Amino acid sequence: MRSTRAAAVGAVTLSLALAATACGGGSSTGGGSDDSPKTLTYWASNQGASIAVDKKVLQPELDRFQKQTGIKVKLEVVPWSDLLNRILAATTSGQGPDVLNIGNTWSASLQATGAFLPWDAKNFGKIGGKDRFVDSALGSTGAQGKDPAAVPLYSMAYALYYNKKIFADAGISKPPATWDELVADGKKIKAKGKSVLGAEGANVSENIHHVFVFAKQQGADFFTPDGKPDFTNPKVVDAVKSYVDLMAKDKVIPTGDAEYAQNQSVSDFAKGKQAMLLWQSAASNLKSQGMSEDAYGIAPVPVRSGTPGAGAQVDSMVAGINIAVFKNSHNLDGAVKFVKFMTSDTEQKTLNEAYTSIPPVKSAQSDAAFNTPATAVLKQTLATSAAALPQVPSESQFETTVGTAVKELFADAAAGRAITTDSVRAKLEKAQQQMPAA
Amino acid sequence: MTTTTLEEPVRKAPPGTAAREPRRPGRLRRVSLPYLLLLPALLLELLVHLIPMVIGIVMSFKELTQFYIRDWGTAPWSGLANYRMSVDFDAPVGEALLHSFFVTVGFTLLSVALCWLIGTAAAIYMQDTFRGRGLLRALFLIPYALPVYAAVITWVFMFQHDNGLVNHVLHDQLHLTDKPSFWLIGDNSFYALLTVSVWKGWPFAFLIVMAGLQNIPGELYEAAALDGAGIWQQIRRITLPSLRPVNQVLLLVLFLWTFNDFNTPYVLFGKSAPEAADLISVHIYQASFVTWNFGTGSAMSVLLLLFLLVVTGAYLLLTSRGRRAADV
Repeated sequence: MRSTRAAAVGAVTLSLALAATACGGGSSTGGGSDDSPKTLTYWASNQGASIAVDKKVLQPELDRFQKQTGIKVKLEVVPWSDLLNRILAATTSGQGPDVLNIGNTWSASLQATGAFLPWDAKNFGKIGGKDRFVDSALGSTGAQGKDPAAVPLYSMAYALYYNKKIFADAGISKPPATWDELVADGKKIKAKGKSVLGAEGANVSENIHHVFVFAKQQGADFFTPDGKPDFTNPKVVDAVKSYVDLMAKDKVIPTGDAEYAQNQSVSDFAKGKQAMLLWQSAASNLKSQGMSEDAYGIAPVPVRSGTPGAGAQVDSMVAGINIAVFKNSHNLDGAVKFVKFMTSDTEQKTLNEAYTSIPPVKSAQSDAAFNTPATAVLKQTLATSAAALPQVPSESQFETTVGTAVKELFADAAAGRAITTDSVRAKLEKAQQQMPAA
Repeated sequence: MTTTTLEEPVRKAPPGTAAREPRRPGRLRRVSLPYLLLLPALLLELLVHLIPMVIGIVMSFKELTQFYIRDWGTAPWSGLANYRMSVDFDAPVGEALLHSFFVTVGFTLLSVALCWLIGTAAAIYMQDTFRGRGLLRALFLIPYALPVYAAVITWVFMFQHDNGLVNHVLHDQLHLTDKPSFWLIGDNSFYALLTVSVWKGWPFAFLIVMAGLQNIPGELYEAAALDGAGIWQQIRRITLPSLRPVNQVLLLVLFLWTFNDFNTPYVLFGKSAPEAADLISVHIYQASFVTWNFGTGSAMSVLLLLFLLVVTGAYLLLTSRGRRAADV
C-alpha cells in the first residue's frame, strides 16, 4: 500500500511535464468549419501597460465589429509569459481560440505546426490583398516561399530612448549615432553619477533581439541560407561578444542589469536613474510609469559607423504582432472577417495609436498620428533599416538556446569573469549543439 | 484485516439451507462495499495519474516535435531514440541532463537534511511549555501556509542585486562581502534556491515531528532523568528512536517533494535557470515546452520516474527491514 502511494507521488513528477499536454487528450485532425457563425474567441497579446488597459482599448472596437457583422467576439488578453505556452497547448489539444495574436518572430515556428490558416492569395483577397501591407512586416509572417501563417497587425522597431536632462547635464548635445559615440558619451554620463544604458540581461528574448542586430552589423547571420544554425561563425561570436562587452569591457550597461528580466531597465529609465534605453515602442509604457513625453528623446539605434540602412547598417529587428486564425475554428468565415476588420484602415489607426506602434498597413501609416517625432523614427527604421529575425522553424529554440547563452555571459560579466572570444564561442557552441538536428 | 471482520458475522449465523440463500447478496454487498467506496478514488487516480503517465510513456517513444504536436498520431515512432539521446552523456543534451541530475541530488540532500534538522530542533525545543509558545508555533508555520508563488516572489525581491534586502544586510550593514553579490544568476543561485527551499520546507518537518513527539510518554523522560540521563542522552536514547517511524515517512515525503519541486526554481529563475541551480523539473520543462520537443521531455520524465521509484523502493525496503529487525 505504501509503495503504491509512493508510486503515485512519483507520478506527480511525470505529470509535471505531461499533464498540460495530456489533458488535451485527443487531437482533432479535422479542419475548420462554419458551425458557429455568431461567436468568435480572440486571444489578444498584452500590448498596453496592463491587461486592464488592453481590455479598455479593445472592447469598444469589438463592440463595433459586433454591430457591423452580428458576431460576438469573446476577448481574452493573454500575458506574454503565458502566450506561447497557451498557443502550444491549444495546438496540441485542438481546443483553442478562433483568432489570436502571436509575436511575429514565432511565425515560422508556429507555421511548422500547421495549426494556423495559411494566408494564400485567396484568403489575402478576402482582407483586401497582400499589397496593403508593408514589405518589412510581411517578411516576418512565416518561412520564405510558404504562404504566410499570419497577417501583420502592429509593427514596432527598436529605438534609442534618451533622457534629455541627463544628456544636458553631461554636456551631450545630440544622441549617439555609433557605438563608439555611445561609449564616449557613457563616460560623461557616469561622471554625473547616472547609469548609462539599460538592458534586460536575463530576458532571453531581449538578448536575442539585440545580438541579432549586432550580428547583422557585423554582416553575419545566425543561420545559413538553407536554415542551418551557424552560431559559431567567427563574426557571430564577435557580434555576441561586442554586445556583452557593453557591460564587460565598455561598462555602459550596469552589472546589476544582468539579472533584469521584468522590464526593470524601463523603470530605471522612467525614474531618471539611467540615461539611455534600447526598446521597442516604449512610449506608452514610459507614460504609464509617469515619465512625460518631453522628458525623453528618440533616436535610431546606433550602428558601427555611418547611418542606419540596409545590410550592415541594420539597427533593429522587425518587431511586431501578427494576427492568425486557428485552422480548427468553428467560424472560419467569421474569423477571416475579424482579421479584415482588425486590419482595416480605421482600426489600424485607432489601435496602433493606442499602443504607440506603427500600422503595418500602408494606407493607415499616412495618418498624422504616425508622424510625430516619436513615431517618425520608428516608421523610418521599419522602412529602411529593420530586418526580420530568421524565419526558420527552429526560431523558437534559437531564442531559448542563444538567449540563454547570452544570459549566462552577462552573469559571468557581472561576476567579474573575463569575457573572451573563446568563452563566447564555447557558450554558443553549446547552444548550437542543443538545437534540433533537423 | 478486512476479511476476518467480514467473515465473523457469517460464522455466527445459524446453520440451515433456507437461511443461507438470502445471505448471499448481503455478503456480496458487504464484500464489494470497500471496493465501491474506493471506486471514485480509483477512477480519479486513473484519470489524474495513470492515464497521463501511460500517455507520457507512449509519447517518450515518439518524435513529438513542433511538426507533429497538432496531430500526435502522425508523429513517427522513434523507438528508443529519445532515451538514447537523454542518456548519451557525451553529447550536450545528455550531459546537461546529467549535470541537472547531480545538481538536483545535491540540492535535495542538503535541503532535506536542513529541513529535518531545523524542524526537529525547533519541535524538541518547543516541547516545554513557556510563555509565547503558541505564538511561536504559529509563526513557524507561516512559510508553510503561504502560497508558494507569493512567498517566492518576495524572495526574488529580497535577492535582487541592486535593491534587495539580502545584499543590504550582508553587504551594506554587516560588510561581509566586498561588493554586492548576485543571487539570482551565476553560482550563488544554488544557495538562494537552497535558502528558499529550506525556509519553505522546514515548517512541515517541524509540524510532523511535533505531532510525533506527542506520542512519546512523559514517563520515559522522567525515568531517564532519574537514571541520570542528560538532555542529549534523552534526545539520543528516547526521542530519536521513538520518532523513527515518523521520520521514516517524513524524510521520504520531503525527499520526493524537494526532488520534484518545480514552483520554487521556476518562480525564482524563470524559464532558463542558471546552471548552478538547474533543477531537473525545470530542466525537463525546458526540454519539452521551450524547445518544443515533447518526446525527449517525456523520455526524461520517464527516466526520472524510474529513478524515484528505485530510490523509494530501496528506501522502503531498507527502512522496513531495519524496523522488523528492531521489533524482534
